[in-house]
Amino acid sequence: MSLAVRVIPCLDVDAGRVVKGVNFVDLRDAGDPVEMARVYDAEGADELTFLDITASSDERSTTYDVVGTTAEQVFIPLTVGGGVRSADDVDRLLRAGADKVGVNTAALARPELIAEIAHRFGNQVLVLSVDARRSSDQPSGFEVTTHGGRRSAGQDAIAWVRVATDLGIGEVLLNSMDADGTRDGFDLEMIAAARQATHVPLIASGGAGTTEHFCDAADAGADALLAASVFHFGVLTIGDVKDALRTSGHTVR
Amino acid sequence: MSSGKPGVVILDYGSGNLRSAVRAVERAGAEVTLTGDFDAALDTDGLVVPGVGAFAACMAGLRSVRGEQVIGRRLAGGRPVLGICVGMQILFETGIEHGVTTEGCGEWPGTVERLEAPIVPHMGWNTVAAPEKSTLFEGVGDERFYFVHSYGVRRWDLDVQPPLPSPMVTWTEYEGDRFVAAAENGPLSATQFHPEKSGDAGAALLRNWVRSL
Repeated sequence: MSLAVRVIPCLDVDAGRVVKGVNFVDLRDAGDPVEMARVYDAEGADELTFLDITASSDERSTTYDVVGTTAEQVFIPLTVGGGVRSADDVDRLLRAGADKVGVNTAALARPELIAEIAHRFGNQVLVLSVDARRSSDQPSGFEVTTHGGRRSAGQDAIAWVRVATDLGIGEVLLNSMDADGTRDGFDLEMIAAARQATHVPLIASGGAGTTEHFCDAADAGADALLAASVFHFGVLTIGDVKDALRTSGHTVR
Repeated sequence: MSSGKPGVVILDYGSGNLRSAVRAVERAGAEVTLTGDFDAALDTDGLVVPGVGAFAACMAGLRSVRGEQVIGRRLAGGRPVLGICVGMQILFETGIEHGVTTEGCGEWPGTVERLEAPIVPHMGWNTVAAPEKSTLFEGVGDERFYFVHSYGVRRWDLDVQPPLPSPMVTWTEYEGDRFVAAAENGPLSATQFHPEKSGDAGAALLRNWVRSL
């Protein structure tokens, strides 16, 4: 018996619609997150992640509706991240139907938020989302960024993972801002460094282009592998990735 | 039951995401009510006790709706109860978290302890070893189920003498640590994993349970 490496498609959702490069041929409506969630579920996705990029708080209620509808129709774990600022935001997302909630900027600004959320809902609901890039300014060689990777948060990414682990996160979503969108492969050194820094599961994100990239990231210590565009554009299917992982000796569902 | 379907109450005591649990049990063929009401939980054909988060917090929540009493009375009358995740853990005698021992419902002997693996929580899809005669795992014993937990039960000490049926225990293993994945003991069943989040395999397991009501 052993735990399977998870393969997770990520959907950017803005005001209830999936945005940013979705090119599914077999969908009636490529912008409908519920329909896309269903397709990925049928293809064997192990979890789903929605990243809520809705800027206006008025439109956030639409996101809750989407989360609710998805949770009622798709029976695999659903993580929702983006714009989570407080334990009450977490409560609303969990009530809407999310199983896990991603926290990023708000935890950087106020690390106690991690302990507050973990205390109230258990650490298993809390995914620390870290947007990191290479930087010679930090001891580990990796720094945390904000604003979609444009701004440095002035913190060591690996040290942050360590601190957040102590505060009670349940999982880390490590996104390489250097690799993101390149399809040149995950940042394997960053994955290996984060793996050393935490005892919670690690989701690798950013740079997936080929099935080999997924295998490399799993070899580097990732427990789960997240990607967006390669799945949305049909470059790879979930099945392709799992076949490759299986062939290279990893356990998959 | 006007619909002809068995009725199931999912016990609402302020714990986690219950929306998908409601839908998953509905899909399994039951008429589902989400409530913390004592009488409703006592009267229904099947009671689901969910649970996420900490053992102590769950026990406190459960006590606030007299859930312990509901479970005890139902079992005394041979009426089915299904615990899920921490809803399984609280059925045991005690839970130990951060060195603090909390009393559980005590329906089963045993202690819920922290898992000893390099990576905790145990999060994701794992296989199980189910007894051949299991009702819950009929047709899905070889499937993977979705786990997310940091604590588990390593020993099963309940031995039931005939003519009562022996308890059936399903085990899983994570990084060399072996613990209870599910147990079926007369009217009381429970899973450490989340059937409502375990895709088709979980749906089949819930159907097996609902069919047994």
